[in-house]
Amino acid sequence: MTTTLAAKPSRSNPVMPAEAVPRKRPLRLLRHSLALTKRSLIKTARTPEALIDVTLQPALFLVIFVYIFGGAVAGSTHDYLQFLLPGILAQTIATGCIAIGVNLNTDLQKGIFDRFRSLPVPRSAPLVGAVLGDIVRYVIVTGVTLAIGYVMGFRITTDPLSALAGCLLAVLFALCLSWLPVFVAMNVRTPGAVQGLMFALIMPLSFASNVFVGTETLPGWMQGFVDVNPLTHLVGATRGLFLGTPIGNHIWWTLAWCAGFVVVFMPLALRAYRRKAS
Amino acid sequence: MTADLIIEAEGLVKHFGRTKALQGVDLAVPRGTVLGVLGPNGAGKTTAVRILSTLLTPDGGSARIAGHDVVRDAERVRQSIGLTGQYASVDEDLTGRQNLELFGTLLDLGRAGARRRAAELLEWFDLTDAADRMAKTYSGGMRRRLDLAASLVGSPAVIFLDEPTTGLDPAKREDMWDVVRTLVAGGATVLLTTQYLEEADALADEITVIDHGRVIAHDTPDGLKRVVGGQTLEVRPADLTDLGRTAAILSEVSTGAAADEIRKGVLAVPVAGDAALTEAVARLAGAGVAVTELSLHLPSLDEVFFTLTGAPQKEEVPA
Repeated sequence: MTTTLAAKPSRSNPVMPAEAVPRKRPLRLLRHSLALTKRSLIKTARTPEALIDVTLQPALFLVIFVYIFGGAVAGSTHDYLQFLLPGILAQTIATGCIAIGVNLNTDLQKGIFDRFRSLPVPRSAPLVGAVLGDIVRYVIVTGVTLAIGYVMGFRITTDPLSALAGCLLAVLFALCLSWLPVFVAMNVRTPGAVQGLMFALIMPLSFASNVFVGTETLPGWMQGFVDVNPLTHLVGATRGLFLGTPIGNHIWWTLAWCAGFVVVFMPLALRAYRRKAS
Repeated sequence: MTADLIIEAEGLVKHFGRTKALQGVDLAVPRGTVLGVLGPNGAGKTTAVRILSTLLTPDGGSARIAGHDVVRDAERVRQSIGLTGQYASVDEDLTGRQNLELFGTLLDLGRAGARRRAAELLEWFDLTDAADRMAKTYSGGMRRRLDLAASLVGSPAVIFLDEPTTGLDPAKREDMWDVVRTLVAGGATVLLTTQYLEEADALADEITVIDHGRVIAHDTPDGLKRVVGGQTLEVRPADLTDLGRTAAILSEVSTGAAADEIRKGVLAVPVAGDAALTEAVARLAGAGVAVTELSLHLPSLDEVFFTLTGAPQKEEVPA
């Protein structure tokens, strides 16, 4: 292995490739982001244990909450399952997006991001690629939550189209919300800090909402927060789309929050990422 | 300044908080040559490479690669450089081939072009058999070769090698040296940082010595060796009773100094050049002295620094 290396150069020279001039094509950002998306997907496929937070966790939460609190909260475990499932979906999405922040923060401390930075690649491509690569996780979490719910007795009472719209809305929300942990990841020093900070943000959002209980049971002073909480709107929207409950403006508020996350945190995350190079 | 400098840096300054990593560094590398940047840990070598490869913006001074400013025209610079070092590595969860194909795609070689280039480099670096294994399963030597291959995907005109052989065993080091020579023979320009005078001597056309963020010497390897003194010849006679005779013979081939017993049973003398080695071998053989070890050493980095700065090298925090 070591002896042959010196002899080889005479045959082919790495400095003189078959194709020396890189081809310029349009849509570089998209193409480069997709190449980096593929990288994330390969990594996800290699480490299925990294999917525990979007598979085992929703299953555990459904089982624990439905069978322990169902009777007390809703009088029947089946009624509570119907009520809770969209909430658990939203909560798992919110906690599931913490992983991208942890992963990116870890990546930043390895050499691979410096390699990306030394290539003629749009600076945002590694971050956009990572976010897009997480689509697969959010599709999995949606599928797993619904499948387990079905086994436990959950039934969609609307039509397939509405149900599909609910699933798509959940995945879209997840992608947009991801920019928050990405932003956090660019600004703290350790993966543990990303995890800790994100949990501190996600926990109040999950509980001070309509995820686990009807909001009318919550104290008045909390209602103001609950009413603007993005998870409340996502759950309101998916509940309406899955079960036909009154949907109000929940879809619009959810979309507005999606836009808000992207408009605010994507540029901030990219700016922080660029600044890492100075 | 000649027109054909492919790497030019003037007065590079970089501070990290109160740490002055670079305090006005000039570098100049003619096209098709190798510059060795020699210095201890924390001297500023890596900071200089990071600025030249657009990963860091300097606080002062300017640098151009192939005529493009590393700050204002960073995108153009990135098209003509390849970077290998502890901080520009590959994705350990991807296979060697997937890594190289990813970088090919990011360099706009196209799908088929990226695949072809990856296969070419894997073959050239003797990684074809390991191509479809995850990079984290590679041995140290294979990892270095993959890192280097990754920096060559875009056929860069300028290649930065940051301590390319640190931690490699001597045989692997020689392999890496051969690769560098081949790259230069193919027309590339190489800037390599190293802590080993041997490495700079083996590869570089010129050597820039950096310490505490400043250039303290710039010369050809021979020029530098003349300044810091010649080499040291070390001999271990097979029989300890021959120590006295060996010392006498060594003193005859030395630059004048008497032989010193630097370790138990090992004698050393300063010598003027390579010729002293053959001379010593002939004389020892003539006298019938059997030896178990005989080697010629360049001065250590410590000695280089002692000569250039007149002070022993101080431990410093790596930048």
